[in-house]
Amino acid sequence: MNTLQFNHTAAQLSPSGGGGGGLNGRKEFTITVYTENQVGLLNRIAIIFSKRKINIDSLNTSPSEVDSVHRFTIVINETEEVVRKLCRQIEKQVEVLKAYYNTNDEIIWQEMAMYKVPTDVIAEHVKVERLLSQHGAKAVVIRKDYTVFEVAGQREETDNLIKVLEPYGLIEFVRSARIAIIKSSDGFHNKLKEFEYKEPGEVVIENEYLSENEKVFSM
Amino acid sequence: MEILEKIKQPATSESKNPSASIPTNSGEGREVSGSEAVLDACVQEGVYTIFGYPGGAIMPIYDALYDYKEKLQHILVRHEQGAIHAAQGFARASGKTGVVFATSGPGATNLVTGLADAMIDSTPLVCITGQVFAHLLGTDAFQETDVINITTPVTKWNYQVTDATEIPAVLAKAFYIAGSGRPGPVLIDITKNAQLQKFQYEGYKKCDHIRSYRPKPIVRKEYIEEAAKLINEAERPFVIFGQGVILGKAENEFKQFIEKGGLPAAWTIMGMSAIPTDHPLGVGMLGMHGNYGPNVLTNECDVLIAIGMRFDDRVTGRLDKYAKQAKIIHLDIDPAEIDKNVKATVGVWGDCKETLPLLTELLQQKVYPTWLQKFHDFMAKETEKCIQPELNPTGDTLTMGEVIKTLNELTNGDAIIVTDVGQHQMVACRYAKMNHSKSNITSGGLGTMGYALPAAIGAAYGDPSRTTVAIIGDGGFQMTLQELGTIMQFKPNVKILILNNQFLGMVRQWQQLFHEKRYSFVDITSPDFVAVAKGYYIDGQRVSERDKLKYALQTMLNHDGSYLLEVMVGKENNVFPMVPQGRGVAECVLSKEEI
Repeated sequence: MNTLQFNHTAAQLSPSGGGGGGLNGRKEFTITVYTENQVGLLNRIAIIFSKRKINIDSLNTSPSEVDSVHRFTIVINETEEVVRKLCRQIEKQVEVLKAYYNTNDEIIWQEMAMYKVPTDVIAEHVKVERLLSQHGAKAVVIRKDYTVFEVAGQREETDNLIKVLEPYGLIEFVRSARIAIIKSSDGFHNKLKEFEYKEPGEVVIENEYLSENEKVFSM
Repeated sequence: MEILEKIKQPATSESKNPSASIPTNSGEGREVSGSEAVLDACVQEGVYTIFGYPGGAIMPIYDALYDYKEKLQHILVRHEQGAIHAAQGFARASGKTGVVFATSGPGATNLVTGLADAMIDSTPLVCITGQVFAHLLGTDAFQETDVINITTPVTKWNYQVTDATEIPAVLAKAFYIAGSGRPGPVLIDITKNAQLQKFQYEGYKKCDHIRSYRPKPIVRKEYIEEAAKLINEAERPFVIFGQGVILGKAENEFKQFIEKGGLPAAWTIMGMSAIPTDHPLGVGMLGMHGNYGPNVLTNECDVLIAIGMRFDDRVTGRLDKYAKQAKIIHLDIDPAEIDKNVKATVGVWGDCKETLPLLTELLQQKVYPTWLQKFHDFMAKETEKCIQPELNPTGDTLTMGEVIKTLNELTNGDAIIVTDVGQHQMVACRYAKMNHSKSNITSGGLGTMGYALPAAIGAAYGDPSRTTVAIIGDGGFQMTLQELGTIMQFKPNVKILILNNQFLGMVRQWQQLFHEKRYSFVDITSPDFVAVAKGYYIDGQRVSERDKLKYALQTMLNHDGSYLLEVMVGKENNVFPMVPQGRGVAECVLSKEEI
């Protein structure tokens, strides 16, 4: 009775292949961590990366679908082996409930970006307004001196708009951390119930090291 | 005396007591201060001995301690590093959790080395540090440091208390986390206002579940079956074990496992003494200065069974030349260790106290005489080239090995051996005889010089029924010799054996072997150690002649109370065998000519 079928968990063995990505088999992974809401936990998680001199590309903390449970979304560029070990170290922290990692095709992800441009330029060039709407940008603030647009999308999309706006005097740019939804996740509610039992079932207490290629226990 | 009687009782796992979660009636419903709640938590957790040092921000706890003198024995050390190493020694000798009190700022930062040491060696500790008043946090107040953030990488868990009502639950959590699963150090930082604050005390309730923390899993039988199948089919199985066997209190289960399977077993430095060192299936120590056979034959076995160990680089040497031919079974309670350094064919996540009996049940009764003989053959080679010249030297100067050999003859392997770090540590661990578990107390993972003297003090309190011998080099002793003051004042029975080669010997050995004998700052001078001890009213003597050694050691052991014996040994002796850094275990060498 699997409550969840997430694609990779910290304790899971390598699914077939891996690789594929950029330099030395590195690729982008999104790590999703469910935690208690506790002061200092951000540091505890961050030092797991810095101890190994691994750069965090993006980090977001937010509430999760479960009241009182926090959700970290961390993006790094690494090999799957490194990511798996990192997740095990993360999951080992007392206040961490569970850590998952996913490749980009396993998640729905978005980042939000804001652009500040001079209002007079936009007013002069009709083209700019057209470009903005082509990119799905929405005006957040329009003032006499500047206008702020926002776009939610993937990295390429928000990057493209920078290039587009640069010739017209982009004053300020900022992009948020990535947030991601795991396609195959059924949410954390049932999982949490298991955690709360004093003697959790095998679904929570998995032991997933049978052999490299055979049975891969997901949760 | 009552306290001593209590300490002598064997360690019991109180947390497994089914009635543990029932609130105790101590002080229930009365108003207490945060400080009293801290001390009551210690009492309820079965703590009798605390190692500490007072200071401004922890004064309310020390004030409350004044009224707890009957229930809690406080050992005033001479430096907070001494306190935490003593608590480590206590924990390692007793199997219980060590407790430390220190003040804020420098008091707390002085704990950091010990925390790192306890973290890497999985030693259960609860450290309580005072902190400035909550309203002063972040103002750079007197003796304020950000202890939580400084200690985060070196604690299993840490937490800052600013409100006294949190104390009972936080302390219960601290003891539970420190002692369960893979043990480790926990630090609780308590602001001064919380120590002073009065609150309605509802009694102490032990913690036995934290929803985000899984100390151990339910064992999955299919992995046990897979592992047993591999072992039963093996022709040259080899067991390597670490401290997990001792921490899991699974010495008997382990013995039955290797005895039924007829499995040759080698220990890591941390696993030493889990089985008696003269056990017929015990083939010696692994690692850089371990025994020849276990190192070389790691690369000849067909199934390598690792139990409660973490494949440290000092054990594996070069990883890409480590046991590549073998199928690897890894039993560990910490899932992050499985596949971390060495990929397991079968990983068995679990408490070895539970997994080993399940595995033993499925094992066929077997012996491997030819395979075991190989270990003996390697031992014969090692004896000829390394052991014999070390234990029965022909030169004038004493060797460290013959001191240990003579000590073995006198203690018969019943003493607790606490070692510092360096050549003497390697020699002691190579040659000391140990009959009982928890006999080897040393800084394994961190390699903390200065560990032995305070750790020996702690060990003497942790198991007062046994003789504690601290074996220390001339360098390491000078790092924490202030703790002679603690011995002077509280009179734990510690036999201090200094092996003085007038060098920082291990670094010197490396400089000789790998840096063209450019002896860069290793010729350390020492004070008259016997005179120093005398200054602390501790008796002692120095020997440098072979014919006086045995009598001197006997005098030390027979002495009523602590004693310091300084033995002058050869200046430029080396420890061999050695797996030079960057080489595979099979490239273990027996002499400097082979490097």
